[in-house]
Amino acid sequence: MSEKSNGKARVITGNEACAEGALAAGMRFFAGYPITPSSEIAEVLSAKLPKYGGVFLQMEDELGSIGAIIGASLTGAKTMTATSGPGFSLMQENLGYAVMTEVPCVIVNVMRGGPSTGLPTLPSQGDVMQARWGTHGDHQIIALAPFSVRETFDLTVRAFNLAEKYRTPVILLMDEIIGHVNEKVYLPSEDEINIFDRIRPTGSAEEYLPYEHTKSRVPAMADFGSGYRYHVTGLAHDETGFPTNKSTEINKLMDRLDQKITMHREDIIDVDEYMLEDAEIGILSYGSTARSVRHAVRLAREDGLKVGLMRLKTIWPFADEEIKKLSGKVKLWIVVEMNRGQIAHEVEWAVAGKIPVFKVNRVDGDPINPLQILEKIKELANV
Amino acid sequence: MFNYDQYLRITKFPLIWCPGCGDGIVLKSLVRAIDKLGIEKDSVCMVSGIGCASRLTGYVDFNTLHTTHGRAMTFATGVKMAKPDLHVIVITGDGDATAIGGNHYIHAARRNIDLTVILFNNHIYGMTGGQVSPTTPKGMLASTAPYGSMDHTFNISGLAQAAGASFVARASVHNGVQLENYIAKAIQNKGFSLVEAMSPCPTAYGRRNRLGAGVDMIEELKRDAVPYSKAKKMTPEELEGKVVTGIFINEEHPECRSEYQKIIDRFQKEK
Repeated sequence: MSEKSNGKARVITGNEACAEGALAAGMRFFAGYPITPSSEIAEVLSAKLPKYGGVFLQMEDELGSIGAIIGASLTGAKTMTATSGPGFSLMQENLGYAVMTEVPCVIVNVMRGGPSTGLPTLPSQGDVMQARWGTHGDHQIIALAPFSVRETFDLTVRAFNLAEKYRTPVILLMDEIIGHVNEKVYLPSEDEINIFDRIRPTGSAEEYLPYEHTKSRVPAMADFGSGYRYHVTGLAHDETGFPTNKSTEINKLMDRLDQKITMHREDIIDVDEYMLEDAEIGILSYGSTARSVRHAVRLAREDGLKVGLMRLKTIWPFADEEIKKLSGKVKLWIVVEMNRGQIAHEVEWAVAGKIPVFKVNRVDGDPINPLQILEKIKELANV
Repeated sequence: MFNYDQYLRITKFPLIWCPGCGDGIVLKSLVRAIDKLGIEKDSVCMVSGIGCASRLTGYVDFNTLHTTHGRAMTFATGVKMAKPDLHVIVITGDGDATAIGGNHYIHAARRNIDLTVILFNNHIYGMTGGQVSPTTPKGMLASTAPYGSMDHTFNISGLAQAAGASFVARASVHNGVQLENYIAKAIQNKGFSLVEAMSPCPTAYGRRNRLGAGVDMIEELKRDAVPYSKAKKMTPEELEGKVVTGIFINEEHPECRSEYQKIIDRFQKEK
């Protein structure tokens, strides 16, 4: 899984790749709180950020970590925090604040087993729905899930680009396996990486609307201290940014927040198709689990079974159209994930009864074995 | 006559604050202090949490950030660390800073990060209708303490001092000039600075406890105020029910962002 590049070969973990990707994307402000299995991201950045003229801050808790990165982002910095399950729970309040106030930032969640303290050192994919709906109120969210060390680098860069492009928090859903696995990678050089910086206003300060209903639905964002004095609040607000209780203004805001993600779903959603061309059995998976699925697909192919994998690189917004398109071409879906079926429900919703959806799950801290998946494939192939 | 309008977002008036509330006096002292120091509006970032006092940020013409309940200190920390040139002023209340935000408050003081915190202490949760706060005096009534508050109260200024703040002062809205002077000193201090502003809430606290109207409550604050210099010679019994006003600490010591800059500079020199 080491795509060739101009860079030199290195053996690093996913957590290190995440830190490297963030620096490559231009991240210059990190605030975090220690938690297994994500702490190495903070450790690497505490050593590296001052060398880039950036700031590393260990906060008193995760509530503070996300508060600090939102504050820093408002001054124009690209910012990030990294945590795991329990810490991610604590961040939900201000995650919603970042959605409402449209402040770009990246929140990394290296998933471990839950609920509660659960399995601090063991992998899980149990926070997929928390990433989607953990904060209160109706909202859209972007979440990405890498399945290798190199892809962790790439998706971290992408997370920043999407955050900047759509003025929104972006969640990077890693898991303990991806965070801690060592792989040989060739990291791309600076000129191989595309960077997107937030659109800043160019007009007069008097006419600046920080929450303007633009055609793209994404308003220009001014840095605090750049001469555009404006108000930021988590209260429902109008285009000027000040609180409002007018239903027309609230509807306009809520629609725009929704549309700025849904209108651009094609740009945001990224799926990887593996041996799906002639597949009759479709498997859907993501993160480290997709590696077991790939292995299972190869084993099944050796037995002459037509199986393929659709791997979600973008978890949210959900790839329902992409799944719908393949349903019928594949006769059934098997959704493989390290939880009790959080994404499987989304797949069922997408196919709306057209073809059956089966599940392979595991929540005991052990990764899903390729043979466990193969067994399911064979069982269903005989039906 | 001082021109307040140049610092206010007059179109956002009327204020959300009730008649008789002391918060408007703090607001006036605050803008006069900023004016006195000649600070450009563009270089002020005002950050608030949730509560009556925290609504102040909507009314002033600076870079303003109205955040979540208790978390203002953390957003302000992010702003200051990322853009140290900004004067970062935190507007908060007793419940916001010392109950839900207590940990952030302690740690911001511990870091001695260059924030100026104006903490409005009205002994109550005003916005939500008069629930008991960590500074409601023992025995006083609140909507969630119908038989009287049972708990020991926080000494907000003492807490900041113990945690490592380099400037700590308390003033009351009965003396707006003193309040203004303390705020100006707090902004000038390079480090974590707290001005605890005693401000009456006649609506949610005074009425339930039969303390009279806003003016009566300000009169009471005036009667109860004891200058720190005098208080030092008084016994705890004599100080019972008094409000000690004055500057408790004003000592420069290493500041968080400046210390971090030294680490950054070390690597810049190596290059």
